[in-house]
Amino acid sequence: MSDSKNIFTIDAGDERADGFEKVTGRAKFTAEHQIPNLAYGVFVCSTITKGSIKELDVSKALAAPGVLDVISYKNCPSIPGYNPLTADGKKNNGEWRGLKVLNDNKVRFYGQPIALIVADSFENATDAIKLVKADYVKEDFETDFAKERSDDSKLKPASNYKRGEEKAYQKADVFIEAEYGTPMEVHNPMEMHATIAVWEGDDKLTLYDKTQGPKSVQSTIAKAFGLQEKNVRVITEFVGGAFGDALRSWLNVPAACIAAKKLNRPVKVVLTRPQMFSLVGYRPQSWQKIGIGADKSGKLIGISHAAISNTSRYEDYREGITDVSKFLYACDNVDTNYKILPLDLSTPTWMRGPGEVTGCYALECAMDELSYKLKMDPVELRIKNHADINPENKMPWSAKNLKECYETGKQKIGWKNRPKHPGKLKEKEWLVGYGMGGGVFGAWKGNATVKLILKADGNLILQSAVSDMGPGTTTAMLKVAAESLQIPTGKIKFVLGDSDLPPGPTQGGSGTTSTLGSAVSLICESLKQTVKELAVQQVSAFTNVPITDLDVKNEHVFSVKDSTIKISIAELMKLANKPVIEITKESSANNPQEVKYATNSFSVHFVKLHVHSKTGEIKIQHVVTTGDAGKIISENTARSQMLGGVVGGIGMALTEELKIDHQTGEIANASFGTYHVPLHTDIPLIDVWFVDKPDYIINSIGAKGLGEIALIGFAAAVANAVYNATGKRVRDLPITAEKLGFKNA
Amino acid sequence: MRTCKNDEGRRDFIKKSSAIAALYLAPFILVRAVSFNKIIPQPIAKEKLQLQINGKMFDLEVDARTSLLDLLREQLALTGTKKGCDMGQCGACIVHVNGKIVNSCMSLAIDNNGNKVTTIEGLANGDQLHPMQEAFVKHDAMQCGYCTSGQIMSAVVCVRSGHAKTRDEIKEYMAGNICRCGSYQNIVDAIMDVKESGKTV
Repeated sequence: MSDSKNIFTIDAGDERADGFEKVTGRAKFTAEHQIPNLAYGVFVCSTITKGSIKELDVSKALAAPGVLDVISYKNCPSIPGYNPLTADGKKNNGEWRGLKVLNDNKVRFYGQPIALIVADSFENATDAIKLVKADYVKEDFETDFAKERSDDSKLKPASNYKRGEEKAYQKADVFIEAEYGTPMEVHNPMEMHATIAVWEGDDKLTLYDKTQGPKSVQSTIAKAFGLQEKNVRVITEFVGGAFGDALRSWLNVPAACIAAKKLNRPVKVVLTRPQMFSLVGYRPQSWQKIGIGADKSGKLIGISHAAISNTSRYEDYREGITDVSKFLYACDNVDTNYKILPLDLSTPTWMRGPGEVTGCYALECAMDELSYKLKMDPVELRIKNHADINPENKMPWSAKNLKECYETGKQKIGWKNRPKHPGKLKEKEWLVGYGMGGGVFGAWKGNATVKLILKADGNLILQSAVSDMGPGTTTAMLKVAAESLQIPTGKIKFVLGDSDLPPGPTQGGSGTTSTLGSAVSLICESLKQTVKELAVQQVSAFTNVPITDLDVKNEHVFSVKDSTIKISIAELMKLANKPVIEITKESSANNPQEVKYATNSFSVHFVKLHVHSKTGEIKIQHVVTTGDAGKIISENTARSQMLGGVVGGIGMALTEELKIDHQTGEIANASFGTYHVPLHTDIPLIDVWFVDKPDYIINSIGAKGLGEIALIGFAAAVANAVYNATGKRVRDLPITAEKLGFKNA
Repeated sequence: MRTCKNDEGRRDFIKKSSAIAALYLAPFILVRAVSFNKIIPQPIAKEKLQLQINGKMFDLEVDARTSLLDLLREQLALTGTKKGCDMGQCGACIVHVNGKIVNSCMSLAIDNNGNKVTTIEGLANGDQLHPMQEAFVKHDAMQCGYCTSGQIMSAVVCVRSGHAKTRDEIKEYMAGNICRCGSYQNIVDAIMDVKESGKTV
C-alpha cells in the first residue's frame, strides 16, 4: 500500500485529453475512416433559385469514366421518411424534416442539390458534374431581406410578450429608439460536413457522420429508412468544429445512405467549402428595433424590442432574438414582437448563441446609446438596473455574480481611461475607444447515461454516446471523475463518439458539461458506494465499520476515523474475485429545485480599440472577457472556449457577412477568400477571467455552460467602442470603414 | 479592418501556388468553353510518380487530376493532413515540400515527382513529440483540432525560417492558417515558446 500521507495528493492535470491525437494527426475525423471499396458521392447543384427541373440529362455523366450512378428525382429510391404518411395511412412521425434531397424536381434555393454523382474516385465524380445538364422552368424569387421585410403581409408571427405597459419607454425622461441589423453569418467549421454510409444487408447501417449528436442521427436515420434504432450505428470520433451546424442531419446524410443502398457499396459524401455556405444552415439575417427609456437617475422605465429574421420558404426557423430584453435588466414595462420572413434561401439554423447573440447585440448597443443620452457611465447604467431576481418569471437566480464581472472587467481593461465624450481620445493618428457589452444564456441539465468500467489494474473507462466538437468535453469529464475519485486523470479514459455507447446528450446549448458532468459525477459516487460495500463484505477489518465512516480516494477504501483500516481497490477486487467492476447509471434532467430558480450563465466583454483617423481602419487592441458560468471544471479548455468566443465576435462585429446576388439568388461570397473570418493578424491581446463560483442548484458539480456566453454580447462591445472612439454609431453589422463614412477606405 | 500587411499575406499565399492552381483549373475552363453537346467523356490515363513522404519512398501511379492532398488522404491513408477548403484559402492542408510550406490542395500530385514531402505524421519521432507539437499541447493551441496539423506545419517553418522574432511577425507569417475555433492567441504563445526555448525545430 502507498504511503498514507501521499495517497490523497493527486495531480489532476489540465491538459487537453485528446491533445496528443490532435497534434500528431492521429485524431480521426469523419471523412478519414478507411473503408474498403469506397465510392465517392458529389452533389450537382441547381443554377437557378426557384422553379422546377424540366429536363435532366445525365447520360453523359453516366458514360464518364468511373461514374457508377447518377441519382436524382428521376431514379431516387423512395424511403419511408420521404412519405408524409405511414404504410397504414397515418401521419408519419418519422417524416424527414426539411428538404427531402433528390426526391422531387423542385428547386427552392440557388445551389440546391439536384443530383448525386457516385463514382469510383473523387476526381471522376467531381469531373462528371459538368456533364449533367438541367433545363429549368424558372419562377420569380425573393432573397432580399432588406427589401421584403417592409411588407408586413409577407411576415409570419413568431412570438409576442408584454409585461406592464406597452411602449412605456416613450413616457420616460430620457429615451432612445434605434434600428439594428445583423447579416447572415455562416458557421464554417474547418471540417466540412461528411458522411460515409456502409450497409450490411437491407436492415443494418453503419454511418460515419459529422454530428454534435450521434444518438440524434441514429434516431433520425432509423426513422427515415424504416430501420430499428439498434441497427443503425453512428460513429463520430472527432468533430472538426460545428458551432451548431451539426445539430441536425443535413442533406449529405440521407444522400449517402440512399446511394450506398442503391449501389450496394459504401459511399462517402463530403461537402465542398462553397456548399458549406448553403447546405448546413447559417445565422439568419435580422432587423431589430429597440425603444428604451429611463428616468433621470437611469432607472429603466420601459423596453420595446421588435425583431424580424429570415427563414426559408420550406421550413420555419425561429430563435429567441427578443428573449433577452425580458429578463437581462430590471424593468417593469417590456414588450416584444418577433416575426419571421420566408425567403427563397436554404433554412437557417442554430449558430453559437442562437437568438441571444442577435438580441444582445441590439439591446447592449441600445443601453450604450441610452447611457450617453443620460450622461451616465454605461457600466453604472447596467448596475443601476441589475436584475436581482429574474423579472420575467420573478424567480431568484440560482447564482448570479454579474457585478463581479463588471468590476473585474473595468479594472483589467483600464476603464478609467475611457473618454466620457466620444471621439476625444487620440494616440498619434488613431482614435481610441472603449466599449463593453454583456451576454446571458440559459443554464440547464439534461438526461445522460454513462457506463463505468473499472479494471483490476486501476484503469477506469467511462463511456457515453456524445461527440466533442472542440470545447474539450473529454478533458472536462476526466476532471470531474478525477476529482470525485481523487485519482490522476491519466488513469481515466473517456470513450465517446459511438451511438452504441450508453445514450448521451447532443452537444449544444452550453449544456454538455452540466449534463454529462452530472452523470459522470453520479456514476463515480456509485462506484465509491460499490467498493465501500465490497470492503465491508470482503475484508474482516472493515466488518464492524459503519459504511458512513468509509471514504474512497486514490484507489483505496479507508475509514475516516481510523487510518489503519484501509485497503486498495485492486486488492479488494482480487479478494472478491472481481476482475472488473461495471456500472451504468442515468442522470436525470428533472431537478425539482430548478423550477424554483432562474438559471443562467452571464458574461461581460470589454474592448479597447483604435480607429484610424484617416482611413477608418479598426484595430482591436485589447479584450477582457469575463464569465459567470459556475464552477470552471477545466480552466485550460474553458479559457480556450472564451478565446474562441471573442474571435467569433470579432468576425461578427467587423468582417463576416454572407452576401446574396439578388439578381440570381446565388451566394456571392461562398469561400474563405471572400467571406472573411478573423485571421491571426486580427487578434488582439485577450484576457479571460472567470468568477469560478459553483452553482450547486443546477447540478452536483456546480458548473454552468459557457460556450454561448463567450460570444453573446461581444459584437455590442466592439460597436460601442467604435462609437466611443469616433462618435459615429454604425448599427448594421459588420462595422466597416465605409459605413463609418471613410469613403476612400 | 484587415491591415494592408495582412492582405499581402493572403495574396502572397495565393501567389505561391497560383501557377499550380492555373494548371489544375485549366481542363475545367477549357471544357466549359466548348458547348455541352461536344463534350465526350474520355478515360483519364494514370501517370507514374515517385516521391518521398516522411522519409519513405513511394512508387505510385496516380490520376493526373489528383491533388497532393487527395493523394495523401484518399490513397495513402495519411489523413493527418486536412482538407478545409480545397481552394488554397485556409491552410489546413499545409505540408512541407522540400522544406517549404505548400498548400497541398493546390499542388497536383504528379507535379511532386522527386520531391520530399513531410506531413504531420512525419514530425514526431514515434510517440516522442516534436517541440512544436509539445508546445501546442502545453498552450492548448487547439480546440477541435482540425486546423492543427496545418498550423503546426506552418509554425515549424515560421521558426525555422526566422519569422518568429515577435508576436506580430508570427501572426503575419501564420495569417494563411485559419482557426475557426479561435485558438489564435494560444497558437502564437506556443510558437513564441518554441522560439524562446531555442530548441531545434
